[in-house]
Amino acid sequence: MNLGSVTLANPVMTASGCGGTGRELADFDALDAVGAFVTRSITLDPRPGSLPPRVVETPSGLVHTIGLQNPGLDQFLTRELPWLAARRTRTFVSVAGSTLGEYADLGRRLGRSPGVTGIEVNLSEPGDLGLFDTREPFQAARVVQAVRRDLPPGLPVIAKLAPDPTRIVETARAIAEAGADAVVLGNAAPALMPDGRPAGLSGPAIRPLALRCVHDVHAELPDLPLIGTGGITTADDARAFLAAGAFAVQIGTALLHDPTTAARIAAELQGEPT
Amino acid sequence: MSSARDPLHVNGEVLVVKKIGAYRHLTIAASGIAERYRPGTFVAVSIGDLTPRTHLARRSFWITGVRPTGSHGPTIELVVEPRGVGSTWLADRRQGDHLELTGPLGRPFALPKEPVSCLLVGEGYAAGALFPLAERLRARSCTVTMLLGAPDEVHLLGALDARRAARAVSVVTGDGSVGRRGDIAGALPEVMDGIEVVYATGSHGALHAVAAAAEQHGAWSQVAVETPQACGTGLCQGCPLPVVGEDGVARVVRACAEGPVIRGDRVRWADLGVS
Repeated sequence: MNLGSVTLANPVMTASGCGGTGRELADFDALDAVGAFVTRSITLDPRPGSLPPRVVETPSGLVHTIGLQNPGLDQFLTRELPWLAARRTRTFVSVAGSTLGEYADLGRRLGRSPGVTGIEVNLSEPGDLGLFDTREPFQAARVVQAVRRDLPPGLPVIAKLAPDPTRIVETARAIAEAGADAVVLGNAAPALMPDGRPAGLSGPAIRPLALRCVHDVHAELPDLPLIGTGGITTADDARAFLAAGAFAVQIGTALLHDPTTAARIAAELQGEPT
Repeated sequence: MSSARDPLHVNGEVLVVKKIGAYRHLTIAASGIAERYRPGTFVAVSIGDLTPRTHLARRSFWITGVRPTGSHGPTIELVVEPRGVGSTWLADRRQGDHLELTGPLGRPFALPKEPVSCLLVGEGYAAGALFPLAERLRARSCTVTMLLGAPDEVHLLGALDARRAARAVSVVTGDGSVGRRGDIAGALPEVMDGIEVVYATGSHGALHAVAAAAEQHGAWSQVAVETPQACGTGLCQGCPLPVVGEDGVARVVRACAEGPVIRGDRVRWADLGVS
């Protein structure tokens, strides 16, 4: 399983924001079995996150506004990354920024930190978080370029897009041309909390949308590596994404329900061609 | 490798369901969780159909008792108040039903190294989490006093058990149906004399009152903060708890992972929406 110059043991990754700091999964012996761990999105400065309620249940889905709560890059580098590095966990650090300069800083500093396998660029956090607006494909491409700018060439950059089929092929093409090694389809779908705050919708409710995105992008850009994610809860769900053209999958919401899900799916897929 | 302290994800079986006032008391065979239990920890329960999963958020419940050995193997006990979709579903389980459970989760109550004078304050069903604590405190030769509160008799839990668990027991109900009429905040000043550590479970308002009373009397407080949790395992950051860290810096931690038990003077109650 190759991604740029990186080899993954298997095609099952955790999805950003659903794997905690890694330690929580390790408590269940459920970290080492995954092909790669993706952190929650890290920003340059710490973010306290949204007020509660942050997560509400909806049929077959979760609507959430965590507000990118994270300790900021410095704390992440001193308190979280070394543990993952010591464990030799394949770690993709998800990043989000308000400006292109912030993205460039994140890429530069993470690129020279031991233990970083690659960068996942969060291009689709829905809502009112003050992030750089990447709804236009060329803006998404500029973010990938900014992250790439001072990053060692061998370090893969993957970019995660919202599962909106409308302009997905155009966006995927733009970010691939900007230097993304793979595209993750997809992030949470834009949604609204019952109290009116912008939010994301995740879980099996969005699985067909994400599948459609993988299908459409793969049809137009068959050489672009795709990582499918969105409501995968079983090995069969993962196989559906692989069949649609993805070379790997990410497990998100299902981890909140059963922290062993990703490790279990990885074991079930073991030995199957992907 | 996970250690003997780490939580487990298990398939449990409901052994007994009893009605206690407004609550259901469930005894569940849950191998591994009972052995790892420490007072103040909880379980996250999956509700609804599992194939396919219909409800994606989990529901967290205090573990109110454990029996590491018995004719059905290790068991845990939960007290459930049917309020929303999840708790009502769980309260409707019958003997022989299976449940997907994860636990024990969270940081437990810190136990004193010395035999000290303890006050245990419990409100509503949450009082259930205090009885295993009382047992362990007595085993350490601590003096245990209890204050139980509820709006009315059907929501009062453990008033009889408390007579066995504690040296002295005070009960307050909102309607005066059991004990004195009143609430926990009002009753606290009379029971704080000589208390060195206060342990509390209940609403945020009651916990805040406990934290304030403890500070006034120079006592330590350990409060078990209940918040809605989507996962309970620290993965999702869905249960923010505003605190002041040991370093004096305000931050937001996860109630499930850095809590649920936390020193009362560390919680930023106003930011939790409690006056």
